[in-house]
Amino acid sequence: MNISDSAQPSGPSPRPSAATLEFRKATKLYPGQTEPAVKQLSLTVPAGEICVLVGPSGCGKTTAMRMVNRMIDITDGDILLDGQSVRERRPAELRRDIGYAIQQIGLFPHLSVADNIATVPRLLGWDRARMRARVDELLELVSLDPHDTRDRYPTQLSGGQRQRVGVARALAVDPPLMLMDEPFGAIDPINRERLQNEFLRLQREIRKTVVFVTHDIDEAIKMGDHIAILQKGGKLAQYAPPAELLMAPANRFVEDFVGADRALKRLALQRVRDVDLWKAPLVRTGEPVAEARAKLADSEVPYPLLVDDQRRPVGWLSERALLGERVTDELRSRADPVLEMEDVLRDALSDLLAEEAQYGPVVDERGAVAGVLSIEILSHALKTDPDEVPSGADAL
Amino acid sequence: MSALLAQVEIRERTQDTCVSDNGFCPGWIVDNFDRYVDPFVQHVLLTVVAVAIGFVIAFSLALIAYRRRWLINPITQVTGVLYTIPSIAAFFLLLPLTGRGFLTAIIALVAYVLLIIFRNVLTGLDNVPEETKDAGRGMGLTDRQLLWRVEVPLALPEIMAGLRIAVTTTVGLATLAFFAGAGGLGKEIFADIVFKSNVVVAGGLAVALAALLDGAILLAQRAITPWTRAVAAR
Repeated sequence: MNISDSAQPSGPSPRPSAATLEFRKATKLYPGQTEPAVKQLSLTVPAGEICVLVGPSGCGKTTAMRMVNRMIDITDGDILLDGQSVRERRPAELRRDIGYAIQQIGLFPHLSVADNIATVPRLLGWDRARMRARVDELLELVSLDPHDTRDRYPTQLSGGQRQRVGVARALAVDPPLMLMDEPFGAIDPINRERLQNEFLRLQREIRKTVVFVTHDIDEAIKMGDHIAILQKGGKLAQYAPPAELLMAPANRFVEDFVGADRALKRLALQRVRDVDLWKAPLVRTGEPVAEARAKLADSEVPYPLLVDDQRRPVGWLSERALLGERVTDELRSRADPVLEMEDVLRDALSDLLAEEAQYGPVVDERGAVAGVLSIEILSHALKTDPDEVPSGADAL
Repeated sequence: MSALLAQVEIRERTQDTCVSDNGFCPGWIVDNFDRYVDPFVQHVLLTVVAVAIGFVIAFSLALIAYRRRWLINPITQVTGVLYTIPSIAAFFLLLPLTGRGFLTAIIALVAYVLLIIFRNVLTGLDNVPEETKDAGRGMGLTDRQLLWRVEVPLALPEIMAGLRIAVTTTVGLATLAFFAGAGGLGKEIFADIVFKSNVVVAGGLAVALAALLDGAILLAQRAITPWTRAVAAR
């Protein structure tokens, strides 16, 4: 980085750009073994993206990750960080530039939360005031109260809090690359989901390049911009965005690993707002029946949807409501389920099935009807070409 | 041995029947307490110097063996042999080499504490959780930084426990140091082993010293390992 680079205008905390990471036929052969743990792994992680390494145990995913910061040295091939080979850099110095968070978190039990987070800043010789300011900034970033947390020891924190401190510590010097090895592995499912969402929110803010190791395909689909599925012996089976992995598994292994329910998993990648909704035949009581019938003819939905003054859904009208001059309020059924634009399609489908409904009105943030989602739209979404599908992390 | 003891006579035979009956005589103790001050100071010196030297040697050996695991067995065996040699035998074995005096006593006492401290330091270092070390390395701590900033601090509870055992044991063993001509409270005890007042005061001082040093180390341990007393999450 030269002088003109660092002279760019900066906010309260200037963030260096994320790094591009490239594996070039990276291979690890442990001494005394005939088969490599990682075999000729080639893939590029674009700057600012989350790349998830996923696969069964023994597939070499953790080895692959640890080769990046030279916790394990590659035996052949190369790994480039922004074009520079990691082999050219001294391990300790390289590691200080790369955030590192592992499953058991590995917080130092004898240091306070603040001292844990300030580990790398201290190694780099930051002054006291700068470290303290950074610690508080990071604690806020990971949704912990600095005043309350800073001076505690790790044993005084809950599992979720420890995990957050671990992430804060990995982010301490604003590294352009983060390595995360099953960071949410030891946490109960409810808190894991919360931490995942929090991390995705955080990532939208900080835009780091992240290498994320997990054995859980659902977590991979949720977290990854790109997913690398590794096969036993560290062979790359497929490297693709989650949607493509689900739509077009490269081989039998990927298909099996992704699971038989991959079609349903695919629905988790899209939100209601991502699909073309049907126009709803909206009618109000007292409206001329002729107008209502015209709207009905213009829509793919066979029943008129009764709405109130604010266009909020009331219910599906029965045939009898349209028998007179004016529309009455005789309902065939209530409008359940009412879906929201931000619902993922999998949840929307589940709601429709639970209500045994074919159609569900979709409302905007004000509660007004914006369209109708049908089982038909969902089944169409399942057949969509992967290129038209947004990737996992964007769909939040 | 009795010939050795017979040379010393610590009390003037008085008309006091308590004293002549070798009883426990508070009056005599108050009058004669002065005579125990110098031996007590000698005893403190023997213990502290021996444990300090023993700690430096054993701690260094443990750090070396921690990184070079193959050294653990030979070091354990050698210090183990030193540990099993009876102190009195060690004193007499050393006499021809180092003569009577402080040095001989210190060498024998140091030899005795090596195994205790070595084992405790090594156990402490070995008990540092693997993920803590991995996280430290992964964040860019060098081996040396990891040792002094993470591994040694986390081993402190075991290290201090070893020190406590070493100190209390050494206070006891140092009562034999007078065989090497190094004085100490043992000299007073054996000077008149039938006189209860003498034995109680000299022996009591040794026990008190052991308790005092042990308590001091415990306090020091609490001061330098505050995290061990942090209350767990609610």
